[in-house]
Amino acid sequence: MNLEVAGRRVFAYTAAHDLDPAKPTVVFVHGAGLDHSSFALQSRYFGYHGRNVLALDLPAHGRSEGPPLQSIEDMADWVASVLGALKIPRASVVGHSMGSLVTLEFAARHPEKAERIAFIGVAFPMKVAAPFLEAAKANDYDAFDMHTIWGHAAQVPLAANPSPGMWMYGDALARLERLAPGVLHAGLKACNDYAAGFESAAKVKCPALLLVGKRDVMTPPRAAQALQEKIAGCKIVTLDGSGHALMAEAPDATLDALIEFSRPR
Amino acid sequence: MAAPKYPSLDTLALHAGQSPDPATGSRAVPIYQTTSYVFRDTEHAASLFNMERAGHVYSRISNPTVAVLEERMAALEGGVGAIATASGQAALHLAVATLMGAGDHIVASGSLYGGSHNLLGYTMRRFGIETTFVNPRDLSQWKNSIRPNTRLLFGETLGNPGLDVLDIPAVSAIAHEAKLPLLVDATFTTPVLMRPFELGADLLYHSATKFLGGHGVAIAGVLVDSGRFDWEASGKFDTLTAPYAGFHGMDFEEESGTRAFLLRARREGLRDFGACMAPMTAFQILQGIETLHLRMPRHVDSTRKVVAFLSGNPAVQSVVYPELPNHPDHELAKKLLPHGCGAVFSFEIKGGRPAGKRFIESLRVFSHLANVGDAKSLVIHPATTTHYRMSDEDLKKSGITAGTVRLSIGLEDPQDLIDDLDRALKAAAK
Repeated sequence: MNLEVAGRRVFAYTAAHDLDPAKPTVVFVHGAGLDHSSFALQSRYFGYHGRNVLALDLPAHGRSEGPPLQSIEDMADWVASVLGALKIPRASVVGHSMGSLVTLEFAARHPEKAERIAFIGVAFPMKVAAPFLEAAKANDYDAFDMHTIWGHAAQVPLAANPSPGMWMYGDALARLERLAPGVLHAGLKACNDYAAGFESAAKVKCPALLLVGKRDVMTPPRAAQALQEKIAGCKIVTLDGSGHALMAEAPDATLDALIEFSRPR
Repeated sequence: MAAPKYPSLDTLALHAGQSPDPATGSRAVPIYQTTSYVFRDTEHAASLFNMERAGHVYSRISNPTVAVLEERMAALEGGVGAIATASGQAALHLAVATLMGAGDHIVASGSLYGGSHNLLGYTMRRFGIETTFVNPRDLSQWKNSIRPNTRLLFGETLGNPGLDVLDIPAVSAIAHEAKLPLLVDATFTTPVLMRPFELGADLLYHSATKFLGGHGVAIAGVLVDSGRFDWEASGKFDTLTAPYAGFHGMDFEEESGTRAFLLRARREGLRDFGACMAPMTAFQILQGIETLHLRMPRHVDSTRKVVAFLSGNPAVQSVVYPELPNHPDHELAKKLLPHGCGAVFSFEIKGGRPAGKRFIESLRVFSHLANVGDAKSLVIHPATTTHYRMSDEDLKKSGITAGTVRLSIGLEDPQDLIDDLDRALKAAAK
C-alpha cells in the first residue's frame, strides 16, 4: 500500500491484505540499502496468519520517496509516524541489521506503541568498517561488494540457496544497484553514529527477541551479547549456519523463531 | 583491511548452488529423481503452497537437482536467479510468455537461430504477439521499430550463422531509453567468453544442450534474470506489476522486487506451460558446466587454427569469423569478446551446392548433424537444414548463401581436424 508521511510517498507491503483494526499488527524494518522484500517469506506468512503486516520501505529505499533519513532516531520516529498515519496504536516490530537499531530506538522512544520487538542480525555498537563507509560515501561499487560479501556467511557462494534457483549474491547486488547515490552511505553512517543503544535498551519494557547468525561477520553474535544483557528478559536464538542475511540464508528457522516469539504468553 | 573477494568463475562452475547432500554427504550433485516431496505437516504444506516458506512441492515447479543447475548458472552469469527449462526454445518461450500477451510486440535481430525465427515470426504471431525483425548491425532499425506496444528487444550474442556480434551496450541503451528490457541468447558465447549482464542485457538464456553441456547427450535450456530491470518504473509490464488473479492476487514486483520476473515465470510459466527440466538432464548439464572454463579456451584455440587454415585455402571462397579483419564486426568483437568469438563459424566453399555436398560427405572426423557446441566437431549446411524454412530474402538477411557451410569445432586434436577438412576440400574440388 502507498501512504503519505510528512508529505512524502511511503510504501508498505501488506501481503495483499487490507488493514483490519481488529487484528494485531507486525511491522518489518529492513537494513541499510535493502527494502521490504528482504522479509518476503516471513512477512507473507504473518499476513496470511491473522496479522496486519507492514513491511516498510524506509525513505529512499524500494518504492518509498527520498531523501533518506540521517539517523536511527529519525527512522524510529518515522516508523511511529507511519503507525500514526494508519491509526495503528500498537504493533510488534521486527528489524534487521540497521532496522534492528531502529526497532530498539522505536521501543525506547515510543514504549506505548511497542507490543513486542525482535532484532535480527544486531550489534551494538554497530560500527561500520572505515573502508566500507568511505566506499559508500564515494558511491563506489566496492561498497556494494562489501555489503554483499560481508552480508552473507562465507559459505554462501559455494552452497545451495534455500530458495530454489536463486543466487543470493546476485539478488543482493541487484537490489543495491537500484539505490540512488548516497542512500547506502546515509544508512551505514546512521548505524555507525548511533550511540544510544545501551540507554535505549534499558528503557525497553516489552518482550524482546534477539536472532543472530553464528556465521555473521557483519554483526557477529558476540557483538549482540551486551545488548541482550541490557534488555530485561530478552531472549536470544542463534542460528548455527547463517550469516548476516538470516531471512534469506535461514528463512524457515528465522520464521519459526518469529512464530514462537509471537505466540500469546 | 583486505577487500573482500568473490570466488572466480572457475570455482563457481564447480561449487555454486550445491551444498554436500545433507542426508548422505554426497559430494557429487545427487539426482533427486522424484516428482514430489513429503510435507512435514498440513501447516508446512499450506505455507509452501502460499510461498511463505522456501522449498520444493512438485518437480514441475522446482527440484533440488535442477535448482543446483539454476543457481550455478545465475552465479556464472551474475544474475539473481535462473529457471532451467526443457530446451533453449522453452526458455525463449518462457521469457516471452512471462512478459507479454496478445497485442504486444517484439523487436528482434533478423540473425537468429532458425527455430527462434520460427517461434517469433510464425508461431507467436498466431497467439497475437508480433515481431519485427531488424538488421542487428543497424541501430536505427532497432530504435525505429519500437512501437507503443513493444515489450522486448531480443538478439543473439553471436548471430546464427553469420556471427553478427550484437552491440549489447548500444542496443540495451536503446531498449532502456524506451523502458524496455533486452533479452539475449548467449548460447554461442557462454559466461566464459561474455557476461551479457555486465554489458547491459537484462535477461538471457542458453540452449544448454550446446557448450554448457558440451557432451551432446541432453536437450536443455536455462533462462537467467539480471534482476536489474525495474518493471515498476517501466510501467509497461502488467504481468509483473498488477495483481494476478491466477495466484491469489499477487503483484509479483511488490512481492519480491528484483525477483519478480523469475517468480512469475516459475509460478505461472512452469506451472501452466510445464516445459520443465528433468533432474537427470540437470545432472548431465552440470557435469558439463564443471569443465566449461577448461573447454571453452580449447574450443576457441582450435577454432582459430581451423579458421587460419580455411582462410588461406584456395578451395574456400570466404570465411566468416569475427576475429578476421574483414568481418564487419571485427572491431566490436575485439571490444566485447576479448577471450574469443566462440567455436561456431561458417565458410563458403567454391563450387556452390555440388561442391558443398561432396565436401560434407568426404569428412571423416566431423559429424554431419544438426547441433553445435559438442565436444565432437560438427558440420552442417544451413540452407537445407537449420534455416530451411526461411525465404531467400530472410536467408540473405542472415548472411547465408547456398554454399555456406557451418562448422562447430570440438575438442579433438586441431591438426586432425585440419587434415580432415583438407582432405574433404580436395575431394570437393575434383
